Amino acid sequence: MTTRSFGEPIARLEDPRLLTGRGRFLDDIGHRALAAAFVRSPHAHARIADIDVTDAVDVEGLVAIFTHDDLDGRAGEPLPLLIPHEALTHGRTGYALAKDEVNHVGEPIVMVVATDRYVAEDVCARIRVDYEFLPPVVGIEAAREAELLVHDDVPGNVAAHMVQQNGDVEAALAAAPHVLELDLDIERSASTPLEGRGVHARWDPDDASLRVYTSTQASTSVRAALAARLELPLDRVEVVAPDVGGGFGVKIVHPWPEEVLVPWAAIRLGREVKWTEDRREHFVGATHERGQLQHVEVGFDDDGRLLGLDVTVWHDNGAYTPYGIIVPIITTTQLLGPYKPGAYRAEFFSLYTNTVTVTPYRGAGRPQGCFAMERTMDAIAAHLGLDRTVVRERNFIRPDEMPYDHGLIFQDGRPLVYDSGDYPATLDKLKKLIGWDEFEAFRAEARAAGRRVGIGIACYVEGTGVGPYEGGWVKVETDGTVVAATGLTTQGQGHRTVFAQVVASELGVPVDRVVVTTGDTRRFGYAVGTFASRAAVMSGNALASAARKVREKALRVAGEALEADPRDLEIVDGVVRVTGSPAGAPGASIPLATVAVLANPLRYAFDREAERATQFGGPVDFSKPPVAEGDSPGLEDTGFYSPPRSTFANGMHAAIVETDPDTAEISILRYCVVHDCGTLINPRIVEGQIHGGVAQGVGGALYERMVYDDAGQLLNASFMDFLMPYATEVPVIETDHLETPSPLNPLGIKGAGEAGVIPGSAVLASAISDAEGFAVTRMPISPSDLFSLRLARESR
Amino acid sequence: MSAAEELYEVTLVVNGVPRSATVPARRLLSDFLRHDLELTGTHVGCEHGVCGACTVLVDGRPIRSCLQFAVTVDGAEVTTVEGCTRPDGELGPVQQAFRDCHGLQCGFCTPGFVTTITAYLEENPAPTAEEAREAIAGNLCRCTGYQNIVASVLRAAELRAEEP
Amino acid sequence: MKPAGFTYHRPVTVDDAVAVLAEVGPAGKVLAGGQSLVPLLNMRLAAPEHLVDINRLSGLAYVRADGDGVTVGALARHADVERDETAYAVLPLLRETLRHVAHPTIRNRGTTVGSIAHADPAGELTAVLALLGGTVTLRRAGGQRTVAAADFFTGPMSTCADAGELVTSVTFPVPEGRTGAVWTEVARRHGDYAVCGTGVVVTLDDDLRVAGARAAYVSMGPEPVVVDLTEAVAGAMYDDAGWPAAGRLAAGLLEPDDDIHATAAYRRHLAEVLTARALREAAGRAAGGQR
Repeated sequence: MTTRSFGEPIARLEDPRLLTGRGRFLDDIGHRALAAAFVRSPHAHARIADIDVTDAVDVEGLVAIFTHDDLDGRAGEPLPLLIPHEALTHGRTGYALAKDEVNHVGEPIVMVVATDRYVAEDVCARIRVDYEFLPPVVGIEAAREAELLVHDDVPGNVAAHMVQQNGDVEAALAAAPHVLELDLDIERSASTPLEGRGVHARWDPDDASLRVYTSTQASTSVRAALAARLELPLDRVEVVAPDVGGGFGVKIVHPWPEEVLVPWAAIRLGREVKWTEDRREHFVGATHERGQLQHVEVGFDDDGRLLGLDVTVWHDNGAYTPYGIIVPIITTTQLLGPYKPGAYRAEFFSLYTNTVTVTPYRGAGRPQGCFAMERTMDAIAAHLGLDRTVVRERNFIRPDEMPYDHGLIFQDGRPLVYDSGDYPATLDKLKKLIGWDEFEAFRAEARAAGRRVGIGIACYVEGTGVGPYEGGWVKVETDGTVVAATGLTTQGQGHRTVFAQVVASELGVPVDRVVVTTGDTRRFGYAVGTFASRAAVMSGNALASAARKVREKALRVAGEALEADPRDLEIVDGVVRVTGSPAGAPGASIPLATVAVLANPLRYAFDREAERATQFGGPVDFSKPPVAEGDSPGLEDTGFYSPPRSTFANGMHAAIVETDPDTAEISILRYCVVHDCGTLINPRIVEGQIHGGVAQGVGGALYERMVYDDAGQLLNASFMDFLMPYATEVPVIETDHLETPSPLNPLGIKGAGEAGVIPGSAVLASAISDAEGFAVTRMPISPSDLFSLRLARESR
Repeated sequence: MSAAEELYEVTLVVNGVPRSATVPARRLLSDFLRHDLELTGTHVGCEHGVCGACTVLVDGRPIRSCLQFAVTVDGAEVTTVEGCTRPDGELGPVQQAFRDCHGLQCGFCTPGFVTTITAYLEENPAPTAEEAREAIAGNLCRCTGYQNIVASVLRAAELRAEEP
Repeated sequence: MKPAGFTYHRPVTVDDAVAVLAEVGPAGKVLAGGQSLVPLLNMRLAAPEHLVDINRLSGLAYVRADGDGVTVGALARHADVERDETAYAVLPLLRETLRHVAHPTIRNRGTTVGSIAHADPAGELTAVLALLGGTVTLRRAGGQRTVAAADFFTGPMSTCADAGELVTSVTFPVPEGRTGAVWTEVARRHGDYAVCGTGVVVTLDDDLRVAGARAAYVSMGPEPVVVDLTEAVAGAMYDDAGWPAAGRLAAGLLEPDDDIHATAAYRRHLAEVLTARALREAAGRAAGGQR
């Protein structure tokens, strides 16, 4: 009999609730709350001349209308710039409600609170805002040309300019036998969780406290931000992330304008207020990602080995920079993938445009970096007439070169040093899985039948488990239930299951006895958040540490009760026993529940279990105080994990596509993934993360983009026209994996959340290029785009 | 301006239980279920009929509850995800299959899939993998990549077939 | 995304319905399945003062098929038409086309007549009605009229229906003679509106030579387009006709627009390719007696 569920593909503990409609997502809370809605700018760039509410004030059910003028104190200041950086010389953030100027369609201007959302929208429709139009800056080219400015005081529209370098790239390129240049283009997409954002706030005037529910990836930091912004003591604010219907990055941003305004209004009105974002608001009021132009210059030898790599990126950061320049930093550091670049220089310009702000979306700059590097690898192979996998393999960092220092600074402000990974082994598995060496036979067969097919490959390395830290708290209740909490939040990753697996295995209890809470500041006050594939690494190790401490105490207390040396004890299935003793042997075991009772000396017995811990409940050693010096009552403890630097997962994808010679339709015939995220806590959950990532990668490669017109209107702000893939658009995903443990943390874990999405555009561009015989340099690609490329090629 | 809206008493038989509320004509069925009847298992993901999260069965057929006014379907029988359990409250076959196959992650779109698949298997109790994929092709999921949902459809078919 | 308020009417007879429609005039809008209308209401892109809900007119929930054609009442859902075996037997094109209309859940509620009354140039049924030379029956207080599809569609999203008129049914006639019909389209995602879609009817003579070829298109212009392609293929054997030439002829007659999903040039190219493919398939069906 074993209680070790760590590493097992167990079914999720959170599922029964979610499957029967008993989940509690944001809009499921607060049926009697007032509803908020917003008047948002219909213009990309304008000055607000006047706001006229005359026609709106008589609407029955209206409670309040707020504009920036109403925002007192710090609530009216610009929103925080969350991640400052010395290269971000011209960071700009918006206001909770626009003050004087709007910089993108969708920016909130007026907040309406009413008895329900229908009425709130009626009121919004009757508020008239007069604008003085300003010419908008739309698209990276326009931002780069800078004939027009987004912010008057930001010259060249440049929010940030940054260069990182390792070695003399100019000399390396000058000396290289072969040099190629590539110009690449990736368009915008967005996280687009099925549940939008939402905030519910309840102010208790009697004890001057605020409880906020918000659909966030960072409840702990929302709490700190709200306390600061609303000028409340931190201990009077609690923030809870309820069930969250997907995040994928967008919900890491905080505090959103609405996240400040809803609690602010709740306090001001003394009423519960709720705002549930609708789909149209999400398209224009949340954030996007991905849009970049890239220029690559690469020098290499006759074998295809890199000698020098010089990359310039023009990154579209949208109207504001609340999340700093994390995305382009990641692009320019992570594009290196599993390769040794020779001399390397990466430069980026982060540019303002009058479009929705850009913040991380799953992958966070990596898909673009992977696209740049992998298109470069294919270009080298084509130039030299070499197999694409051969060129890649020749440039791999070898396992015996780990840890490998790239000589750059990563997004966590720490050195970019890979901890472990076996890239040749990963490639080998992938080639076998997809049948790389048999593909030419298949191509010939297909060609004979009038079909056009191609194969592609892309490799990535992903820095995961970014610090600074996470914490965990574990407690054994007197009924034997183990409760655990960590401050980071969950959006569907199955944290309640995998963290329960970690705690159960460390503690020696059945996994279904462990109840995990995430993202609730009432339960755990120190946390960073869920992003950068960090939850399993960070909170997994923190909870393991807490559980180990609890185990140690349990053994000590049990040792006293059993009159045994704690070193001779073990915990199996929730029972402390002398190691190796048969179950139920008299005097040799004690249930963990009883240990929990004994660990908390009591005066009052409130139930039968508690009786045993009261002062007349049993034999007592009068020489010691009931709670020893330095000890604390209860069977609980807290642990933290803070890594020296990120841990680096890796993977490789290969795809076979078919392109219709007549209609230019693109079908994915096979999609294969080999990934290595270190030790697996729950292989089934990791697999699910890969599947979901691949679907988003396919979406980003073939379907999804944000289409802005020259006026800065988002033309496809609905699920009708933003083409998120349905089941019929996602291929069957074949997976295999390696487990190269991370040496950086006790559990050997690397992150897995984002991996699946990273090589999507790169691998499909590779495969389509192979099918068509020319290089695809711009993604996503639609059948219409492919048709245009064919026409352009024929007319050359 | 803006006189109070005319109200209608709407009665639905929801998961076998008659439920009534008095609402304006513009009250969407999705909001009626979620906010008037407080049956929040039905989720709203787009309110323009594309995502499928709000799918419920009206008189046995899956429809988008965000594209119906409650008043239009007054008198109808409605099944929501809460009604897809077994009579004893345990997971129904489709729900169990989702758990077995890791067919859900955040769980937000899941109710729409569960209702859609429940109705689908009534019509086609033994689908192929390809048919299963097509059957769920009107619902969006951002988490799972659908592969495990396809597996869940097939597993649910097995579980139904095993029942007496 | 919540609809604006409206005055709600739910007539229980067709007479009541047309009386209400006459009374409210242009301020009224008919609500049937709502699959096109309610998204517009939710986004407040439409905000009619009066909504006339015809979902109680159960007498209009019919599909009637015979050798001459298929008549669909205003309350028949797409799914009802799709599943009707008699309709399928006499006019398989209907089921084949309906399977391209959105997804099953939408077809469970959306009505065939509603999508035609909506006159969406991207709506497949609109094109099929035009292709087959079908008719539309409209009721108004004190009368009714039946108009040809060609006269019914007057422009993008516009028809000859007057305020106060209710489309009570449409009739899809079975093409005369030895014919085969096919619907095919390219859409971005399964179930999306087509980037280009075409329905074709090929008529063969007794020697299996092509006597007629017609095609209708969606998403290829501001309104449903029907073109006669007979001249390109007349007299050729069904399995050796110059279908690519017919495709080229069609492409030359169409004037599609660019949009966010495709260029006009791509659409025209698709029309050429899909027309040739569909005609070839339809001729094969006609020769095989499949319709």
